[in-house]
Amino acid sequence: MTRLAGTAELLRLAVRRDRVLIPASILGLLVLALGSARATLDIYPDDATAAAGLGEIIANPAVVAMYGPLGSPTADALAVFKTVMMGAVLTSILALVVVRRHTRTEEDDGRLELVSAGVVGRWAPLASAVTLAVGAVLVASALAGAGLAALGLDGRGSLAFAVSWATAGLAMVGIAALAVQVASTTRGAGGLAFGAVGAAYLVRAAGDTATEGSAVHALGWLSPLGWAGRVEPYGADRLWVLGLGVGVLVVGVTGAVAVLDRRDLGAGLLPARSGPSRAGRSLGGPLGLAARLATGTLVGWVVGLVLGGAVVGSLMGSIGSLADNPQMRQVLEAIGGSAGSVEEIYLATETKFVAIAVAAAGIGLVLRLTAAERAGLTESVLATPTRRAHWYGAHVAVGIVLPAVLMTVVGLVVGFVGSRTSAAAPGVGETLAASLATLPAVWVLIGVAALLAGATPRFAPTAWGVALVAFVVGELGPTMQLPGWVVDLSPFTHLSQLPGGSFAATEALALTLLAAALVLAGAVAYDRRDVT
Amino acid sequence: MTDAITVSGLRKAFGRTVALDGLDLTVAEGEVHGFLGPNGSGKSTTLRALLGLLRPDAGTASVLGRDPWHDATELHRDLAYVPGDVVLWPTLTGGETIDLLGRLRGGVDEDRRRHLVERFELDETKKGKAYSKGNRQKVALIAALASDARLLLLDEPTAGLDPLMEQVFQDELVAVRRDGRTVLLSSHILSEVERACDRVSIVRAGKVVDSGSLAELRGLTRTRVRASLTDVPDVAEASRWPGVGDVAVDGTHLSCAVEAEHLGTLVAELARRGVTGLTCQPPTLEELFLARYDRTSPAYEEVPT
Repeated sequence: MTRLAGTAELLRLAVRRDRVLIPASILGLLVLALGSARATLDIYPDDATAAAGLGEIIANPAVVAMYGPLGSPTADALAVFKTVMMGAVLTSILALVVVRRHTRTEEDDGRLELVSAGVVGRWAPLASAVTLAVGAVLVASALAGAGLAALGLDGRGSLAFAVSWATAGLAMVGIAALAVQVASTTRGAGGLAFGAVGAAYLVRAAGDTATEGSAVHALGWLSPLGWAGRVEPYGADRLWVLGLGVGVLVVGVTGAVAVLDRRDLGAGLLPARSGPSRAGRSLGGPLGLAARLATGTLVGWVVGLVLGGAVVGSLMGSIGSLADNPQMRQVLEAIGGSAGSVEEIYLATETKFVAIAVAAAGIGLVLRLTAAERAGLTESVLATPTRRAHWYGAHVAVGIVLPAVLMTVVGLVVGFVGSRTSAAAPGVGETLAASLATLPAVWVLIGVAALLAGATPRFAPTAWGVALVAFVVGELGPTMQLPGWVVDLSPFTHLSQLPGGSFAATEALALTLLAAALVLAGAVAYDRRDVT
Repeated sequence: MTDAITVSGLRKAFGRTVALDGLDLTVAEGEVHGFLGPNGSGKSTTLRALLGLLRPDAGTASVLGRDPWHDATELHRDLAYVPGDVVLWPTLTGGETIDLLGRLRGGVDEDRRRHLVERFELDETKKGKAYSKGNRQKVALIAALASDARLLLLDEPTAGLDPLMEQVFQDELVAVRRDGRTVLLSSHILSEVERACDRVSIVRAGKVVDSGSLAELRGLTRTRVRASLTDVPDVAEASRWPGVGDVAVDGTHLSCAVEAEHLGTLVAELARRGVTGLTCQPPTLEELFLARYDRTSPAYEEVPT
């Protein structure tokens, strides 16, 4: 087929370009799955001890909303309880990043034009990207499953675990393949694909916390991440669910090919529009420019978080009702300790998850400092009497302000919807306070990104890794029995337990000062280095 | 006349790659100075060092009397720059980009802006990502030429322009020179430099190998002479004449190359031999250039910028 001509060559190129990204990501996923299983098995070595420890998990719908259902009350199921869903999300993100990197990004940056002029079929770039992404998903899933079996977990259950990750990952390859054809820019495609992951997560959370047999519970079957959870490894072991993931892959790729056959190189479904011939008043300096360029990101995130916040808030009722059993509530309150009621524990956990996502948005804005440099835009600006500190400061400022705006939106929406859904839910004041209280930790991550971007553009993307590690350590550190000082490295460890707990003013101040110091250090470094 | 740019012994290495290897350059105030060299010879690196974007490893540079690394911001009030590879913000229109760059420099001269947009026939309403290479180049040129900067640093400014627009650029360059502004024009398009520049510097492997007016540089290279003679010498004999080389004889025609200082001797000799036709061709810039870029010489090596 001539439309696939050159696929093998492009695949080789893609493998060469991703020779660090993919193996490192797979290794990270394996450490996550195997490390966490190993640590859990050390605490709950057999089914009897596991069953005793399970009360906490089954009873707490807040935890189910985060991680999905538990397969069975066995030690094996408990060992992978958190990593089924976390791994499914991360595998999905890996799939979408790989697909986008080798399709829309290449086209957007103009490299595909050069490649397409060769003996390369129209489908070849998409085909090679999809092949590579499918390969990465399958290898990650298979190795994780095999590793769990090697740790001594049940064989069929380990296969189901692999199926669970693969289902989510393959479905995401299909969705990403379609997204990169529909959107006409890298950023637009990312918005669609990351939006799909977010939506899948929220639909799943809503479905999993609803009573089994209800319409809302059935809704969970609409989400690829819901499928990943409902494979129920080491429980129901529903291997056939993989078919759903393969189905989405086939449908997505078919749709993508249909769009691809109809559109021009560089175009999407939406035509490029023209704009004003003169600049508005606000576009007069570095800050005006950075703010203007961040507007799209801001709007996208506000829309996403209003929807997400509404879902989180509306779950408050079902979480309250599931915990209606007075005995259960007693147990929960004993476990929750200072963190308060089940609604409060749930909110505190969700808020932390949102905060890490918002931090990622802020990091993205700060890293535009180095993206602009790589693209060659920085020299145009710095050849004018613009001070380097001013240019640096503008990017960091939008990266600091955006999370504050977004966390305010989240706090308001969750509190508003939640308090209308359930009388037991915390009010707007409390949810807003809880949202804003996460900002010091978010700003530390922004500060790390700013320092890296200021000091060394080459290693600036490490900021993503730092954020991921901070999150995983904060989230899984206690389960994996990491030493206390390692857990303490994550800024999220030092946040107040809100709502329900008290505000830790000293820690918040210390984190904010640390963030400020990182930003300043970045400014000093940026003033002293070469700009290319 | 004072000097707008003085550079001496400038060195800059990126890892093990030496981009500038003791570069010296002098550009007088008010002149259009051609900066010639092939891809990768260090032209763009030099311009970036002159802008204070790169910190030199050694050597000194002074631009408009200032140190570009330490006084970059102050210096930039007086200069405008067109990068070699023009990139625009994908979501801003051309018009917005021109205004933005103008405002960053302290203001936009409305009349000059309107005049240039008209001359270059730019559609200002297109988004950055929709422009072709030539149109991106126009946006950067308009932004730079619309300023009242005393010094223009132009890195291969006509790359991607069609011949009509190249002519418009040449005209605007004349206007810039008339205003007494200084231009450093980096290029590898020799005809452009030959037309526009007062003086040129030829850069090779991070060093300026020759610098001067075109007339001075021509003096350093041999003139091609072609003569029809009644008494034709043989090749061996003609090759023994002072300063003469590259001799060829074809019937009554003799062609050879001669060093400028021996041209008189040669013409006298040809007169004795009954010259019936004579053409003297001074070296083109291309020949000057090629003479300094003998690719067979081991000193020639590509240096990425």
